[in-house]
Amino acid sequence: MGETQMFTTAIAGVMQQVGAFALSAEPTKEPSAIVEFFQYAISICPRLFEGLKLTLAMAVCALALGIVVGLISCLFSISRFKILNKIAGGYLSIIRGTPLMVQATFIYFGLSAVLNMSIPSFVASVIVLMLNSGAYLSEIFRSGISAINKGQMEAARSLGLPHGVAMRKIILPQAFRIVIPSVTNQFIITLKDTSILSVIGVSEMMKQSQQIIANNYRAFETYAVVAIWYYVLVVILTHLFQLLERRLATK
Amino acid sequence: MIKVKVENLKKSFGKLEVLKDINMEVKEGEVVCLIGPSGSGKSTFLRCLNKLEEPTGGVVIVDDHDLTSKDADINKIRENIGMVFQQFNLFPHLTVLNNITLAPMDRKSMSKEDAEEKARQLLDTVGLLEKANEYPSSLSGGQQQRVAIARALAMEPDIMLFDEPTSALDPEMVGEVLEVMKRLAAEGMTMVVVTHEMGFAREVADRVVFMDGGYIVEQGTPQELFGNPQNERTQNFLNKVL
Repeated sequence: MGETQMFTTAIAGVMQQVGAFALSAEPTKEPSAIVEFFQYAISICPRLFEGLKLTLAMAVCALALGIVVGLISCLFSISRFKILNKIAGGYLSIIRGTPLMVQATFIYFGLSAVLNMSIPSFVASVIVLMLNSGAYLSEIFRSGISAINKGQMEAARSLGLPHGVAMRKIILPQAFRIVIPSVTNQFIITLKDTSILSVIGVSEMMKQSQQIIANNYRAFETYAVVAIWYYVLVVILTHLFQLLERRLATK
Repeated sequence: MIKVKVENLKKSFGKLEVLKDINMEVKEGEVVCLIGPSGSGKSTFLRCLNKLEEPTGGVVIVDDHDLTSKDADINKIRENIGMVFQQFNLFPHLTVLNNITLAPMDRKSMSKEDAEEKARQLLDTVGLLEKANEYPSSLSGGQQQRVAIARALAMEPDIMLFDEPTSALDPEMVGEVLEVMKRLAAEGMTMVVVTHEMGFAREVADRVVFMDGGYIVEQGTPQELFGNPQNERTQNFLNKVL
């Protein structure tokens, strides 16, 4: 019962806000709600921009490191050595089986308590996102490698190339092209996942907007603006990546 | 001089026994054609000769190196054994020239200039010098296979293995590949060829080996084997394909 009530109250609150918008949209001497919304959106730009810088920095660092982790994990998982397969399997299983927020709080609060040292929240965030994206990238890389015809490896080996050289010069360059769309997709996912790291206090976009709301209680407009920021960012990046993919495809 | 010596070779895939007991020798400069129905183990046998398939039993000796021994440096031995595949298996992300120069530069520490010089010579002998800077995808099947032969030759092997080199080609392109192989044979290359081209086997082979059911059923000169096959299974097979 209590929950339903809260929910209806929340809805009513939103309706009021929207209603206020609609009413004030009629020509008066006061600035209209739309104009006022834009003015507000512009006024919080500097703080969101501060957040954006951290959001992008986290996503880029996490993906760059995630690619390294993912590649190592992928090579472990396709290795001849059973023990390496197991290590990679365990890693994937843990990351896939636990929520990102739990991983983040575990590393930031849990680990720092046990190790009795404070891990900077930015560093903790990058570690969490790196481990997280690394696991998914590992699977992406593995599928890319297995998409290469096994005749390629045989041809390389028949020339006397050792396994490692054949992998580096023949298999991986071909797999790389196949996986680019999935890797850019993972970057978008990681970028959006950075918003979860607001729980450990990184002043990225989400955290910035929460702090703004704590000051002015304007949750509706603030979250609307931050949603638009994320959306525009993702659309721009998607287009950039498509351009990049087309470039590489023609090469 | 004996180049390849195979004794009691066995190969199983799980419960499926593909090679049951193969014994064979190949002398230097000899051209041996392996023929037989599909599933007879010809390709598996060929692939055991450079350890692309690991034998389950027996001994394979190539150039006095025992491939089946544990301390054999298989990469070093493979440098001496060229292989040409049914599906060409050119590296699609490299130009024709780089397909050929890759292994000599990496394995024999050849300089880029020397490797390219050698690659151009080889391309010239297979008649594809003008394709040096193209990518494999822009070549016809016959052209790709000739590049694949040049690529294998770039390591200067003493032995060449051919695994149905013309089976994936359009009929009009078979001739150009066989022509290159004939020239190679005439230059004295030791060759083991799995083939369905009976005309080629008859013309070029020093010895034809008929395999069926994981055994060598019969072998002899082309005249003997095609002209007067002794075994009933050989006769049946030849009746079907000739």
